Amino acid sequence: MTVGFVMLAHTALDRAAQVARHLAAHGCPVAIHVDRRTPMAEFRGLEQRISEEPLITLLPRIACDWGTWSLVSATRRGAAALLDRHPEIGHVFLMSGACLPIKPVPELLAFLKRHQGTDFIESVTIRDVPWTQGGLSEERFTLSFPFAWKRQKRLFDIWVDLQRKIGRRRRMPEALKPHMGSQWWCLSRETLTKIRSDPNRVAVDRYFRRVWIPDESYYQTMVRRFGHRIESMSLTLSKFDFQGKPHLFYDDHLSLLRTSNEFFARKIWRGASGLYDAFLTPRPAGEVPEPPVTATEIDRVFAAALKRRTEGRQGLLSAARFPDPGYDMTPTAAPYSVFHGFSELFEDFPGWIAEALGSTAHGHLFAPDRAEFAQGAHGGPGGLSTSAALRNYNPESFLKNLIWSTRGEHQSFLYGPGDCSGISELLASDSNAYVAAVSGTWALPLLRSGRAIADIRPEAARLQKREAKHLLRLRERQTRARVRLWTLAEFVADPALPLQVIIDDFSVPGAQHLTQMPRLKPMEGLAGFLQELRNAGMSPHTAGDIPEIDRTHTAERIGRGRERGRR
Amino acid sequence: MGLSTAFRLRMERRRWQLRAIRRRRDLAPVSDRTDLIGKGNILAFLSVRNEKPRLPYFLDYYRRLGVDHFLFVDNGSDDGGCEYLAAQPDVSVWRTNASYRRSRYGTDWMNWLKFRYGHGHWTLTLDPDEFLVYPFCDTRPLSALCDWLDQSGIRSFGTLMVDMYPKGPLSGLSYREGQDPFSLADWFDPGNYSISKNPKYGNLWIQGGPRARVYFPDAPEEAPSLNKIPLVRWDRKYAFVSSTHMLLPRGLNQVYDRKGGEKTSGCLLHAKFLDSLIEKAAEEVVRREHFARGREYAAYHLTEHGRHGLWCKWSERLTGWRQLETLGLMSKGNWA
Repeated sequence: MTVGFVMLAHTALDRAAQVARHLAAHGCPVAIHVDRRTPMAEFRGLEQRISEEPLITLLPRIACDWGTWSLVSATRRGAAALLDRHPEIGHVFLMSGACLPIKPVPELLAFLKRHQGTDFIESVTIRDVPWTQGGLSEERFTLSFPFAWKRQKRLFDIWVDLQRKIGRRRRMPEALKPHMGSQWWCLSRETLTKIRSDPNRVAVDRYFRRVWIPDESYYQTMVRRFGHRIESMSLTLSKFDFQGKPHLFYDDHLSLLRTSNEFFARKIWRGASGLYDAFLTPRPAGEVPEPPVTATEIDRVFAAALKRRTEGRQGLLSAARFPDPGYDMTPTAAPYSVFHGFSELFEDFPGWIAEALGSTAHGHLFAPDRAEFAQGAHGGPGGLSTSAALRNYNPESFLKNLIWSTRGEHQSFLYGPGDCSGISELLASDSNAYVAAVSGTWALPLLRSGRAIADIRPEAARLQKREAKHLLRLRERQTRARVRLWTLAEFVADPALPLQVIIDDFSVPGAQHLTQMPRLKPMEGLAGFLQELRNAGMSPHTAGDIPEIDRTHTAERIGRGRERGRR
Repeated sequence: MGLSTAFRLRMERRRWQLRAIRRRRDLAPVSDRTDLIGKGNILAFLSVRNEKPRLPYFLDYYRRLGVDHFLFVDNGSDDGGCEYLAAQPDVSVWRTNASYRRSRYGTDWMNWLKFRYGHGHWTLTLDPDEFLVYPFCDTRPLSALCDWLDQSGIRSFGTLMVDMYPKGPLSGLSYREGQDPFSLADWFDPGNYSISKNPKYGNLWIQGGPRARVYFPDAPEEAPSLNKIPLVRWDRKYAFVSSTHMLLPRGLNQVYDRKGGEKTSGCLLHAKFLDSLIEKAAEEVVRREHFARGREYAAYHLTEHGRHGLWCKWSERLTGWRQLETLGLMSKGNWA
């Protein structure tokens, strides 16, 4: 008993011949069908290459169109020729010219000998098929498809639309249940003979002639009617990309292919000499074959490609990935936090962030004069510049770059109404952003400056306006950032509260309670200062209502906060 | 895109084409071996001026990747580069003394040569200091990439130009003819590229890297563009608009994914920052034949390099394409 191969080829005929001769050398008859559209010169070359091989036959050529009956027709002729001419054949194996045996042929022969009469063909009902691309699944069987999709796209589409409109439903010949699967199979002589001698064949042919991609459904359906032992699997490894096009295998896939359980692989790039050499040269005797492995690694590689092509790496902008607005649901690569106004309240707030939250704490990254990276560095991760002009040229890119370059290392930075304003939109739309803000803190540096109210007033108004605009955007309902907002008045009432909330939000292990407060900056005369602003005709509304306070009061409150923290 | 925009872009494309065809008169063949170009060959197009020391390694590099034929325009070299090229078996050379600036920095000449010889071929349009790196380039030749692009119905391949520089001042280097430039200039900026979209042509506009960081910290809009589309399956109907940053029809500029995925892309390693730049900058500042009258060269010429030159603490040392892929500067996309 042996196995015969039907090979469908249309290009790279030198490779097809190479594989065919390899199979013939193991005593396997091969029937090659070459697309009639392949140039005659190439066909002649193939004829020459196999002229010495009695086991290889060339089938009469018909023109083949992807997804049409012509492929089934060519296959059927090939199978018939093999079965008629070679009574020793027990199985027929359908392959393409770009297939390559990735296990020694004797192993395949032994395997098929153990499974005489079994049909190896992926055959699944349409409902269970996950791979149909482009919207046509059940309609493959209920509409008719007289046009070639690749050559006559317009006609194809018009015809499909028309049939949908009139609600056409073709009926399948009786006793058949539509099944689909990979077009590369290995069927037993018995089953193929029964399919050939089906009394209903004329009607079945007429039906399948107009089915969409019958090479994925004709044998898959017929085998359910006539086969008696079906293993629903393909012996050929093939992987498909997001558009349903087959992935190509290259020399660097050698070790991957060696771990595959399948006997053949497709498609092999015609230039992959390394693969052809490795798999078509007899392996030295005594070499231990790789242990049979599950194909997880192969699956993993190609699943990763699919994910990369369709979803990409979150937070990456590059020459390959630039999502339109609305397609970038998470515009940054990792969570980060923004502390708005805190640097006016506490001494060395970044130092506290770094210690309490374990985050890389930058200063005012968007300060008007320069980007203040952590530790006063002269540049930032990825080679970011401290230049304000470069940063302001594209502030969103700046922030996305920073977060992308520091994946795995949490970043925090200070922010305030005096800073470059170009990131409000990004922060608001980014679920990775955590913003803690105390509003109205712009008043503090002005208070401490000791300048006359009349000089300060325009600046105060400007800062408050900017802050209000920024915070308004962050408070909108569709904001995706996580936002914690306090007014200066609320802060003054309980200065430990925001810090405790921040710590809780971060759920830093081992630091569930606020144990260490950063040192508070002086705030004496704040209430009076705000009143003076009001008297000068401005309403410092973002600060809230602040009662007259003095430093001792505040210190007391902090003490209370600490106690509460310890409890 | 509205009908009137489509019409205007079509007119613009025709104008660039006509310009290129007119500019053909600038070019006098020195060695025309274009009859050697066979079906399916991969072609490279360049214009050069006094780049002889760079040529041997350049040709070597691209021959190894699988470029079949090189088409050069020599713009008045006097360093023997033209003669060197004419002696190469897989090179065709045209010579001209016409103005580089008036040919739109060589774009017209390149457009003409591609119009004439590039139709139906995969074509690379390069400068002699640009080295293409793409996913799997250490195991798969350029023809594997082109075949795959063909199978996937993709006509153009995008890259990010990555400026490579040494650790230390340029004057400390001495590049020898034929040497791998990246054995000297092997550092790059891993993550400071700013990207926006050009609404007119649909291409990305990428700036940044060491040039923006060091030479243009106060004038970011003047920093050179780093988006390049060097590999195109050429058709007579195509035309580059400016350098290889963008081309028409503008569908060819869509080398990036707009729905969040990643398309397959590469990097153009840029070996500009060698000791030869010092001399070249001094010359080009006077010649004023380069883009924006050599504004960029003026910056190189005038900027004093510190002890480390362009190098900074966050620079990365090049180890290979996988590193560039991991950093996100290029992408395997769907190619596995």
